[in-house]
Amino acid sequence: MNDFLLAPLLPELILAASGLTLLMVGAFSKGDPTRNVNFLAIAALLVAALAAATQSPDRTTLMSGMFVADAFSGFAKVVIFLATAAALVLSDDYNRREGFARFEYPVLTIFAALGMSMMVSANDLISLYLGLELQSLSLYVLASIRRDSPRATEAGLKYFVLGALSSGMLLYGASLIYGFSGATNFETIAGVMTDHSGGAPIGVVFGIVFVSAALAFKVSAAPFHMWTPDVYEGAPTPVTAFFAAAPKLAAMALLVRVLVEPLGSLVGDWRQIVVFVAILSMLIGSFAAIAQTSIKRLMAYSSIGHVGYALVGLAAGDETGVRGVLVYMAIYVVMNLGAFAVILSMKRDGKMVETIGDLAGLARTRPMLAGGLGIAMFSMAGIPPLAGFFGKLYVFLAAVSAGLYLLAVIGVLASVVGAFYYLRIVKIMYFDEPVPAFDAAEGNGPAAVLAVSSVFTLLFFLLPGPLVAAATTAAASLFGG
Amino acid sequence: MAIGLAHYLAVAAILFTLGVVGIFLNRKNVIVILMSIELMLLAVNINFVAFSTHLGDLVGQVFALFVLTVAAAEAAIGLAILVVYFRNRGTIEVDDINMMKG
Repeated sequence: MNDFLLAPLLPELILAASGLTLLMVGAFSKGDPTRNVNFLAIAALLVAALAAATQSPDRTTLMSGMFVADAFSGFAKVVIFLATAAALVLSDDYNRREGFARFEYPVLTIFAALGMSMMVSANDLISLYLGLELQSLSLYVLASIRRDSPRATEAGLKYFVLGALSSGMLLYGASLIYGFSGATNFETIAGVMTDHSGGAPIGVVFGIVFVSAALAFKVSAAPFHMWTPDVYEGAPTPVTAFFAAAPKLAAMALLVRVLVEPLGSLVGDWRQIVVFVAILSMLIGSFAAIAQTSIKRLMAYSSIGHVGYALVGLAAGDETGVRGVLVYMAIYVVMNLGAFAVILSMKRDGKMVETIGDLAGLARTRPMLAGGLGIAMFSMAGIPPLAGFFGKLYVFLAAVSAGLYLLAVIGVLASVVGAFYYLRIVKIMYFDEPVPAFDAAEGNGPAAVLAVSSVFTLLFFLLPGPLVAAATTAAASLFGG
Repeated sequence: MAIGLAHYLAVAAILFTLGVVGIFLNRKNVIVILMSIELMLLAVNINFVAFSTHLGDLVGQVFALFVLTVAAAEAAIGLAILVVYFRNRGTIEVDDINMMKG
């Protein structure tokens, strides 16, 4: 296998081939192909995850240096593919029940995953842009896939307009970086930037500002978060579950790679931006979530806050910081999928409900669901010994060792405020008077995802080794060359 | 007066700013927003081509071609979403896009 020239591209080739094949299968099969296409898409994603996991961790570039495969991209790809597969598992029953089960849904999801994996492997401004757009264009369609729902189409429209705006800003920044460094390849840019030891050319600084603002849009970090609550609330819940997991990790990995690899020698220039964005995201994520009544909006603000915590690690700008970001995002993705598995089960009298009040007394009517959501909430609040605590521990340790004490203190304070609204949900589930029970679950998808997520979150502290070791290797591969 | 790199960059910067301002100040309808997005992407293309000739390096022009292609796909998807939105709401006024308030 090693002498196969395109071996580092194997996960992408698998996804591209299966995406195109499944599109044909869906278009030409008689009867309803949705269930089969969905199943095959999940299988393709798992195979791609396996291919990414078994790749050699050595850094390889191919396609004239446009594409890079290293331990960092490998780590990100495994998490992205698994999270995407989990999101598909969550979606199947819901889409069928709500009457928008179409075979395009898993196909678009596969193309989005392909775009994400091109993003985390980008080694050139051109491949960065193309990967990002493949992902974004698929996600715009997914957001409005429920085309008879005014809310979903409005969410899709808002997401499209703000996403296109951020793509424009990314491109403008890319053009400035290209113009003032003379190259689009990350390694060449890095070489040019190291020569400017006295400070970056002003054009490049502007380029960094534009590119980081655009990527902050994609990870929904404040002050570029305004689309997040609306899109998360309006989009169908399985789509929201997907949006909050894999694309977020992919955009975060891309941001880390862009800032650390080509622009690593300018850490002094971009650290201020990252610190500012991190502080604002943590505060907005904590305070704005308190007043929310819709659980999906609450999860949107929660995700803004979590991105802020992950950016604390990036602000440190060194190997421990990047390790913190990777561990944090991986744990966040798992907890989030668990929480959304519960939200997807919130159905009463055949209709989906999504306010926090509907969870009242869930512990008495559906103890398993309440337990799972409780674990996810305690973990998101960062209460030891659950997984979320370790995520926060690694990023704050990195910030402290980089001397960013103020940032770490603000982060801890914001997570105390954040704990308030997470624990409020637990209180409502366990101590409020029960409202009528939810309908019995149909299908095992959400239950399976919830079980895996809860076990991971609950028992992570017994065996943190594999994840942390993989993240350490991945972070080292960014700084090794 | 010879027209140099700075002039092209200034034109591109002005067009880009017009595009951004068009998105945020526009209160009429969504088609204008789509046009503003297109304006931003074309401003970026002027930048790329100007830098490319200035540097004597073809990569910038290749990038501009990719941007054009993706912009076409993006416009197609944007218009498609706009059409389904119009079917549901019967309007594309920007002020009416307010079912969810953040």
